[in-house]
Amino acid sequence: MWINLNALWKIVVFGLLAGAGLPALFAIGLRSLSMPGSRVQTAGADSDHLVGGNIVGMIIAAIIFLVILAALGWCVFEVYQIGHPAKAK
Amino acid sequence: MRVGNDVVLVLVVITALGFDFTNGFHDTGNAMATSIATKALEPRVAVALSGVLNLVGAFLSLAVAATIANGLVSTKLVTLTVVAAGLSGGIVWNLVTWLLGIPSSSSHALIGGVIGSMLAAAGGHAVLWHGLVSKVVLPAVLSPVIAALVAATGTWLLYRISRSLTNSVRQHGFRIGQIGSACMVSLAHGTNDAQKTMGVITLALIANKTVAAGSNAPFWVILCCALAISLGTYIGGWRVIRTLGKGLVEIESPQGMAAESASAAVILLSSSFGYSLSTTHVATGSIIGTGLGKKGAEVRWNVAGRMATAWVFTLPSAALVGAGAFALAHGIGGTLGVVVDLIILLGVVAVIYWRSRGSKVDHNNVNDEWTGSVAPAEPEPAPAA
Repeated sequence: MWINLNALWKIVVFGLLAGAGLPALFAIGLRSLSMPGSRVQTAGADSDHLVGGNIVGMIIAAIIFLVILAALGWCVFEVYQIGHPAKAK
Repeated sequence: MRVGNDVVLVLVVITALGFDFTNGFHDTGNAMATSIATKALEPRVAVALSGVLNLVGAFLSLAVAATIANGLVSTKLVTLTVVAAGLSGGIVWNLVTWLLGIPSSSSHALIGGVIGSMLAAAGGHAVLWHGLVSKVVLPAVLSPVIAALVAATGTWLLYRISRSLTNSVRQHGFRIGQIGSACMVSLAHGTNDAQKTMGVITLALIANKTVAAGSNAPFWVILCCALAISLGTYIGGWRVIRTLGKGLVEIESPQGMAAESASAAVILLSSSFGYSLSTTHVATGSIIGTGLGKKGAEVRWNVAGRMATAWVFTLPSAALVGAGAFALAHGIGGTLGVVVDLIILLGVVAVIYWRSRGSKVDHNNVNDEWTGSVAPAEPEPAPAA
């Protein structure tokens, strides 16, 4: 076999999940974080405050960011596991 | 005889670490170009961070080192002279492309060099063609396409999801995200590129019968390679960073984050499968993908075309230099042959370095407006105040 199809589909699918999915999740987190709330100024649409001050939004954002960190940690752990095969006894 | 061999072995290891160093500074751009271009990170902070993470990444996975050491050429036929000549090929091509500011593949330069000198030394049967095609050539063709697909998808999603945010909130938010994604790319780079030199040094050790065929890289090899590549990364290949960050696509921070995440994911996954793919090809694919995924973004296809041309030539050119270096070393013979090779190599390095001084790119002008050339036009004398 010249092309390892098994590896190829995994790289495409997991690549999309991690490479496009995680940043998308981050975008959702940003959106929740900036949901309008107590800290929105009257200045209006041009505010550059990342944190909107909406409690629910902030909690959701925190959960999302934690999930992203956990996913990254897990990915790195997996790579380590695969990259250091246990020595044959 | 043993003494001669050990001298050669030491020379080969030093040359290999030299290659690793060029690999590091040639490739800093892959991880950090987009972060520097969007000003998510200060240029110098970016290269320092990237250096440290490369160090960590080098320890993370050893799959690619195994591919290089045991999967490309017949370990029974390889000699130290072959490895030394191959490394010369890799270094020369890396430096030439760096001078031109072309982000070409360090991996292909190295692999091309080793295969060229192997061909010159022992002929076609000494190269494991199946391994070469299935683990190097095909991934080289496929990986930029996959990276572009992932990056384009990511870019589209990011702009879609964040469209209700004001532009300044979006730029600010994704700049923070970019720091994370750029770190992942540096880590991924360590898992793939630092491995290649480890593989080559292991190959040299196998050739010298210091370790048995089929061995993994010894710990001191891993450590030295990790240090060499992270030092090279820290020095920073500003010329390549500039081409990638400014030349290819004008990048906003959501695109930067999408491109980096795509690169990191594709490189880490491929490393795990032992594919020695080019982080350069992946990063370039991602950056083009992010230009395709955003409406109205412009990809400078002439810059991309120049890169693609360099990619096609990388394997054969490095192979030619590698073969030539082997012929020379073999013609002179013995330790002296290798020494002469390396002296010539040093001469070439000096000339290229000297040439590069003429059109300097560093952390000060790396982000200047793209005017169609690697080195920015000489700045006008700064107006007072």
